Amino acid sequence: MTSRDRSILRTEALCKNFGSLQVARDVSIDLPRGARHALIGPNGAGKTTLINLITGQIKPDSGRIELQGEDVTAIATAGRARRGLTRTFQINTLFPSLTPIEAVTLAVCEREGVAGQFWRSLASHREAIDESYEILRQLGLADAATRATRTLPYGQQRLLEIALALATRPKVLLLDEPAAGVPRDESAMLFSVVEALPEDISVLFIEHDMSIVFRFASRIIVLVSGSVLLEDTPDVVRSDPRVREVYLGNAHHG
Amino acid sequence: MSEDTNVRQSPLSSNEPLAWLKRQSRWSAFEWAFWLAALIPFFFFPTYLTLASQIAIAALFAISVDLILGYAGIVTLGHAMFFGIGAYVAGLLSAKLGWGEPITGLLLAGAFAGLVGFIASFPIVRVRHLALIMVTLGLGLLTYELANAMSWLTGGTDGLFGIDTWDIFGYFRFDLWGYTAYSYALAVLFLGFLLSRRVVNSSFGLALRGIRENTPRMPAIGSNYRWHLQKIYTLSAAIAGVAGALLTQTTDTAALEVLSFQRSADVVVMLILGGTGRLYGAILGAVIFLLMRDQLAGINPQYWYFWIGLLLMIVVLYMPKGILGRLTDLVRRPE
Amino acid sequence: MGNIAIVLFDGLAFGMLLFVLSVGLSVTLGLMNFINLAHGAFGMLGGYVTVLAMRQFGFPFLLTLPAAFLAAALVSVVLERTLFRRLYRAGELNQVLFTIGLVFVATAVATYTFGTGQQPIILPDWLRGSVEIAGMRFGVYRFFLIVVALLIVALVHFGLERTRLGAQIRASVDNQRVAQGIGLDVERIFAVTFALGSGLAGLGGALAIEIVGLDPSFGFHFLVYVLIVVAVGGLGSVAGSFAGAALLGIGDVAGKYFLPEIGSFLIYLLLVGILLVRPMGLFGKR
Repeated sequence: MTSRDRSILRTEALCKNFGSLQVARDVSIDLPRGARHALIGPNGAGKTTLINLITGQIKPDSGRIELQGEDVTAIATAGRARRGLTRTFQINTLFPSLTPIEAVTLAVCEREGVAGQFWRSLASHREAIDESYEILRQLGLADAATRATRTLPYGQQRLLEIALALATRPKVLLLDEPAAGVPRDESAMLFSVVEALPEDISVLFIEHDMSIVFRFASRIIVLVSGSVLLEDTPDVVRSDPRVREVYLGNAHHG
Repeated sequence: MSEDTNVRQSPLSSNEPLAWLKRQSRWSAFEWAFWLAALIPFFFFPTYLTLASQIAIAALFAISVDLILGYAGIVTLGHAMFFGIGAYVAGLLSAKLGWGEPITGLLLAGAFAGLVGFIASFPIVRVRHLALIMVTLGLGLLTYELANAMSWLTGGTDGLFGIDTWDIFGYFRFDLWGYTAYSYALAVLFLGFLLSRRVVNSSFGLALRGIRENTPRMPAIGSNYRWHLQKIYTLSAAIAGVAGALLTQTTDTAALEVLSFQRSADVVVMLILGGTGRLYGAILGAVIFLLMRDQLAGINPQYWYFWIGLLLMIVVLYMPKGILGRLTDLVRRPE
Repeated sequence: MGNIAIVLFDGLAFGMLLFVLSVGLSVTLGLMNFINLAHGAFGMLGGYVTVLAMRQFGFPFLLTLPAAFLAAALVSVVLERTLFRRLYRAGELNQVLFTIGLVFVATAVATYTFGTGQQPIILPDWLRGSVEIAGMRFGVYRFFLIVVALLIVALVHFGLERTRLGAQIRASVDNQRVAQGIGLDVERIFAVTFALGSGLAGLGGALAIEIVGLDPSFGFHFLVYVLIVVAVGGLGSVAGSFAGAALLGIGDVAGKYFLPEIGSFLIYLLLVGILLVRPMGLFGKR
């Protein structure tokens, strides 16, 4: 079995320019099944842009994206999400006046393709409601299930971000700084949730906190100025002089 | 609640959130009271039955706009185009084809308006913000001009002649007092309301609210949200068409004014007054708007413009959820 | 053939009028995304100031123009500071409806004060009549309009490109957050821009009396025209407003002359078409 067969998500030579600014240069990454990969790099390196490219929010100028062997480069974001490629947002992108149970149930209904059934009451989607409650419970949001999202504390909103992504039953989960803005003790809890994700889901997460990265990642991709500097195990990355140089003088959450 | 028949017999079942979800769509006492109160004009204000019919028709139109504006977030300044199309279909059926049967007239008007709505929905869902407002405005104005130009068909500014609506079910004649007209309009309003209520309390309604609350999130959860928007836009156009047909059938007139920008703007004003995204807000807004206009414009048209303008500004500044929203907040506070 | 020249001329003049009326809205929309449908009401205010100044105070016509500008600018500052700034984050629908409410109120007040009839003014002699060029007669006042509008274009262009305030305005239109980040007082810039734009609308209203008349429905009537210019031209773009206004002006006059039945229909069709292909307008940036 070649490594190509084992990879769930592959990008090939992704390039993107905004005017004269090259935000992605020849980015080729490979995510195997069950990956726990971290994407790191200084501010402005293009990490979120890369996620936007992979999920289809931005169109690349050139290059390919393959999900489980299928070329999805021309497929829109919703189509990729339905095929199991989901992301969370660095800035909470939630539904402020919806409650968590409603939001997650919505995501489940969309996945099942029944969201458009306007003749059935919402309460009749028993299985979807059960499933979303279970997801909320696993993320510790069960108590907050019927409170409006905008009333939830920030940490719980970050968890809801993940809950929405999980509701789509992803095969590949791209987490954009999932613990951004979350205090230290809570972020550890959040990442233990990530750790507890089923083994067959492949996870790529952007993170600035190196202690979290080294704890949870099995491999690290270093992105600098839009191109991949290095992709290897944490130990190799940690001791690579080029990586040190890139981070020299950069204050990071230590 | 009966036993949870779900396969997973987990002690941590979703009974509580399920009960909560069911409560959201249950009929409250206020609702029963409201619909009973709608019968009051028959007994206590028989001289106002014509106005009551107008209010019921406007309420149905306002509900149709609430579906897209309040629930899906599509700001429209041209929805009168569907109201007017429905009005003219009903009018033409009677005036040109001699078919004055009301119920079928309603259905045909609604169907045709819905069809036009479906076609219009393709461009509509592809623009946002000012471009969306301008496209809806442009389409509305365009339809008016088209109808004006086709005066051989529409009768131009004078309107259609020779509309004669038959008795409902062959039995109920449209009387001069307006008993039949109001019963008819109220019944159709109620049915339209029931349908809309069903839609907004479904998973589809939830999806619409999701689109309104955060459109970019929808594709991220795999939603074909544009298709949802097209569906609700079509439904909204059909209901607006039914409202227009109601107007034609209860007044036996159909003139260009039914397609006017004024009508499109009025209905949006009604929605803001009453409160968007609650269906009842649409009805309340129609009641307030038409009652005020009836009382104030009778004195002096300027009087009416001044006060409605002032009320509008006050509501936007101080009552973001509309008058109904403010009332519900006041009622809920003791709890 | 001669007809076409006159139609083009009249259309251009009308377009120049529309430009003066609309450019303020385009810039403020691009700057703050605040949909001010009461913009036409400022035009109406300018018109009535001119009428009052000429009738009650015997001002010569030319002197009423800056008066109209100033009156509209002042009123707009007051409104902006007290009312409008609360709505900057209120969403499009609320802005649309609040400002429509304002137009209602303004229309009612105007009717109460001046009555529903047209307010004619008597132009000075040198602005009346027509000149003959190549065997065709062109109105003097329309020449005047075109000259004034071109002057304003030049002034606005110079102001935006050569003055510090202009640079600040351009920076804020381009990217508000960054502008704030480098220390620009965006709120003050907006207040000034809003005043200037509304003042121009007032000036436009004064200039419009001779061409389209003045009555209390002016605010509504020109709302649609102004919106079309802004949407088609592109938000925040002076060049766009110019192009959009010229197009609409010529299109409207030509349409009414050559295709009276469907002239307006074609204009609206074109509006929808352009917006579908370029939702940002012809010269729009965001």
